[in-house]
Amino acid sequence: MKLLVTGASSLIGRHTVAALQGAGHQVTAFQRSPSGLVATELLGALGSPEMAAACRGQDAVVHLAAKVGVVGTWDEFYDTNVGGTEALLAAAQDAGVQRFVHVSSPSVAHTGTALVGASATPAAPEAVSGHYSRSKAIAEQIALQSSAQDMAVVAIRPHLVWGPGDTQLIGRIVDRARRGRLALVGSGSALMDTTYVTNAADALVAAVDHCPNLGGQAFVVSNGEPRTVQELFQRITDAAGITWRPRRVPGTLASAGGTAAEKVWARTGRTDDPPITSFLAEQLATAHWFEQQSTQQALRWKPLVSLAQGFQQLQLWFANQR
Amino acid sequence: MPSIDGVGRSWHILDNQEPDPDLTLLCVHGNPSWSYLFRQLLRDAPAKVRVVAVDQLDMGFSERTGQVRRLATRIEDLCALTDHMGIAGPVVTVAHDWGGPVSLGWVLQHLEQCRGVVLMNTAVHQPAGSPAPSLIRLVRSRPMLQGVTVSTTTFIRGALEMSRPRLGADVKAGFLAPYNQASRRHAIREFVADIPLSAEHPSAETLDAVAAGLRLLSDHPVLLLWGSADPIFSDLYLHDLEARMPHANVHRYAKAGHFVSEDADTTAATLAWVKTLPTREQVEPTERPRPVLTSSLEVPSTLADIQQAPADRIAITEMEDPSLSATFGELTNLVERTAAGLASAGVQPGDRVAVLVPPGIDLAATLYGCWRAGAVAVLVDAGLGPKGMSQAVKAASPAYIVGIPKALAAAKTLRWPGQRIGATALSSKQRSLLGATTDLPTLQRTTDPAPPVPTIGDPAAVVFTSGATGPSKGVCYSHGQLMAQRDALRSLYNIGDHDRLVAAFAPFALYGPALGITSVVPDMDVAAPATLTAAALGRAVQVADATLVFASPAALANVVATADTLTDANRAAFAKVRLLLSAGAPVRPALLESAAALFPNATAATPYGMTECLPVASITLDEIVSSAGGPGVCVGQPVEGVEVAIDPLDDTGALHGQLVAQPHVAGEVVVRAAHARTGYDRLWHTSHEASQPTGWHRSGDVGQLDSAGNLWIEGRLRDIIVGADGVVTPVRLEHGCEQCPEVGLAAVVGVGPVSNQVCVAVVEAKPGVSKPRLAPTELADSVRAAAGHEFAAVFVVPALPVDRRHNSKIDRARVQAWAEQALAGGRLTKL
Repeated sequence: MKLLVTGASSLIGRHTVAALQGAGHQVTAFQRSPSGLVATELLGALGSPEMAAACRGQDAVVHLAAKVGVVGTWDEFYDTNVGGTEALLAAAQDAGVQRFVHVSSPSVAHTGTALVGASATPAAPEAVSGHYSRSKAIAEQIALQSSAQDMAVVAIRPHLVWGPGDTQLIGRIVDRARRGRLALVGSGSALMDTTYVTNAADALVAAVDHCPNLGGQAFVVSNGEPRTVQELFQRITDAAGITWRPRRVPGTLASAGGTAAEKVWARTGRTDDPPITSFLAEQLATAHWFEQQSTQQALRWKPLVSLAQGFQQLQLWFANQR
Repeated sequence: MPSIDGVGRSWHILDNQEPDPDLTLLCVHGNPSWSYLFRQLLRDAPAKVRVVAVDQLDMGFSERTGQVRRLATRIEDLCALTDHMGIAGPVVTVAHDWGGPVSLGWVLQHLEQCRGVVLMNTAVHQPAGSPAPSLIRLVRSRPMLQGVTVSTTTFIRGALEMSRPRLGADVKAGFLAPYNQASRRHAIREFVADIPLSAEHPSAETLDAVAAGLRLLSDHPVLLLWGSADPIFSDLYLHDLEARMPHANVHRYAKAGHFVSEDADTTAATLAWVKTLPTREQVEPTERPRPVLTSSLEVPSTLADIQQAPADRIAITEMEDPSLSATFGELTNLVERTAAGLASAGVQPGDRVAVLVPPGIDLAATLYGCWRAGAVAVLVDAGLGPKGMSQAVKAASPAYIVGIPKALAAAKTLRWPGQRIGATALSSKQRSLLGATTDLPTLQRTTDPAPPVPTIGDPAAVVFTSGATGPSKGVCYSHGQLMAQRDALRSLYNIGDHDRLVAAFAPFALYGPALGITSVVPDMDVAAPATLTAAALGRAVQVADATLVFASPAALANVVATADTLTDANRAAFAKVRLLLSAGAPVRPALLESAAALFPNATAATPYGMTECLPVASITLDEIVSSAGGPGVCVGQPVEGVEVAIDPLDDTGALHGQLVAQPHVAGEVVVRAAHARTGYDRLWHTSHEASQPTGWHRSGDVGQLDSAGNLWIEGRLRDIIVGADGVVTPVRLEHGCEQCPEVGLAAVVGVGPVSNQVCVAVVEAKPGVSKPRLAPTELADSVRAAAGHEFAAVFVVPALPVDRRHNSKIDRARVQAWAEQALAGGRLTKL
């Protein structure tokens, strides 16, 4: 199959390109700047004429490109995540693409309450908080609604993807731990699903494979091994060779601090992410784990790398960095 | 409805309009209520069952007639309505509160058509001693009546406020909906005014006729569903209806209030009960089959026969200071005189007598005396504590209480039902203090002959034991069943003339006289088995020259802990014991091993069973030791006469009622034996559900058989964990965790939605911790490795909750709830 992957330079993007190539597919990567990937590469922005050109001749599109984080105006999030997705869907349809895998997030459907073995409920833009979640929720709705006979659209929502070289989750945790500033929000006993990056990539490959049968549906993807936040922090810092003793801040304080920090960042126009966001505070203080049986059955996919194996890989990677 | 009041009246009716029904449930509400009360029944009714729930005229959304409708009118209204609706097929009435007399009035005019009667918290008569009439008089007093019932919604709201757990705002709004203006509430007043409290009342005659008519229902199935926390229609009213309809099935919900159908799942009970009624085809033949008493049930009971043992053999010795003894000859005589005495005091065959006497001669005389007289002994484990005992006695509602002064004092203070009789001689001052009418030594002087011997089909006992969770259920046994239990014990442990018993475990201590062997009761507080010291047991074993020692695990634990106080003579006596039996709760192998070490020549064994059927299986210590590492706890081979089958659990944790006996299939353990219980007292629905298929007892335990025929127990059914890959049972994983040197006791529970649960281990660590916390990753890793399971989380806690009485059963439901909130992100509260 010939595939276009947007946002291929991210951690999950690189692994997805590699997994698709491993499965014998012909991959074209599309992003704003050169990625150094061993793949045909086209450069451009979402919505540009280059994007429309990149869609031509493709059998499938995996749409990973998005604006993430908490910094930025609503318009910026909307333009990239909603406008970009709309444009890509239209271009793909025009180009006769038959399969479209839209990468989404579990946060499009959930609103601050503990998620305990939760199923993938429909995206709810009015209910979720934050520019990122809301814009991704609208994008997912549009994507799934556009699913049709000639182009099936499937949404995959991987939860907390991590792996060697991850600068988002692992990078921040390790960085804060190194500076002695890594604290647990609340008791640290909230159960959390995470996804080892190659498992997420394999799930996207599976979604491409089974796309025609699954059009219009959304699936949460994780390792299916929820662990407490404290244990995850401990495993990550252990892998990085840092000694970390669990330290706690009350949930309400962290949440309030997060909101304050977001406001300060917004006002001062900083473009890096603040140290804690109310979104992350909420994420790490309440359970977030998901029902995986229906996902695994529908995608005919299983995570091949267990958490324990993933942490071993992480440890090797950190050892090689030194 | 053209025919009513000559002008025609509009009714509001909820009707599921099931076409061509096999059965119609005719539902009649009381005051203040409306057909909304039956919404769940309408929702859950199966195919071919029509549900017609009426709003009585002037009530709910039915027409306000502007006339006073008394009971007789309301009965006529209902009859006219069903005629008009053309309800012709079989009908079961379902009624609540003052809907009861209205529906019964209808039933008495439709005896052929009526196939069953369901009544909830209602009355046909004011039984003596009820505080309700004074409450009703208060509400009816002129200044109150109008204000409470019509001008305001006080009466409705007050009634709704009595529900436990509290009703949701939406449900309250539902009940209030048709009564939103004073003009719509007149009938609430009229209903209260229509309760006859004197013979002159205009409705007294109608109500008396309904009450008298109930004797015509002796061939009609009746189900009484009762919320016993109802301050108006208390248990007194239930007992009044039971006395009028002795054949009624009864389910008493101890914690439910007046609106029992809001507080408890009466809908499930009603529908399950309706299913048991004969179908149309079975009923239609003109000759209705009458139950025939099989002649085998008329065989005289030998439960109280203790005279076969040599008359000069010691039957019982009490080890209190100074010790007391009775020979079999003396005890036989005492039992006969007690039976005659009880009869002379008015105890009739079938009457319930609560026996609140500690083990010893008095207990044997009372208990065997009751059995000899055909009375039903109500046995309440003192380990339940005052609150639990109170619940049990009130549920059983004995006609008499025979007790020691302490027990009679509790009975008086806590207002336990039953005429009080002293088990020991009481002075006249004591009698008046304790409210006792007489005492056994006085009764035993009667010259009356003992009453006729009961038969093996007659009820013999209602037994309340201390469960790990929830209120204790009364387990009913017949004479035949208790005789079978006695015989099962005798043959299982080869008990014969050469044996002498030291029984520190109450239920088995009772059987010493029936087995014809000497029993010695050690000096201990039976309510607290852990008070048994090694020295006390030593003295008892010496005095008895015992060959058998029966004790509970808690008692054995204290004996082991105090073993350094044993004298050489004690130890020499221990060496003559041939059987050490740990009974009453699961025993940890290590404890049984330590206890067995004190009895060098004894076989140590432990029976498996439950209050409802004991023993089911039995296993020796040697067998336990050689069986380590299986799917749970090995409890040995089923004992002779007991059938054990498995109802397999599917991957979703569901059972399907298809019993199997093949090995290595996990499911609910289901047993059948001559010594299994009859049913649960006043818990029809519970009995019904625990007796599927008919004649079997569902143990609530999960287990499997192995290829050698051994039974393995893997945990309680309610404690299974249903994950994405199927069912996980806790006991095997807990044993795995406990293999870790740093772990003491372990509990494994599931969190998350059923079919997607993940396992969590909660362990006591060695050394202990002062408050609950997540296990360090190293410990979590070793616990996971030891159990061979990737637990989502491992917690260490200072102590796991175990039952107070036996100190061995983990309250996994509590651990589960605790873990669930902690892992959702809540605080690590005290467990």
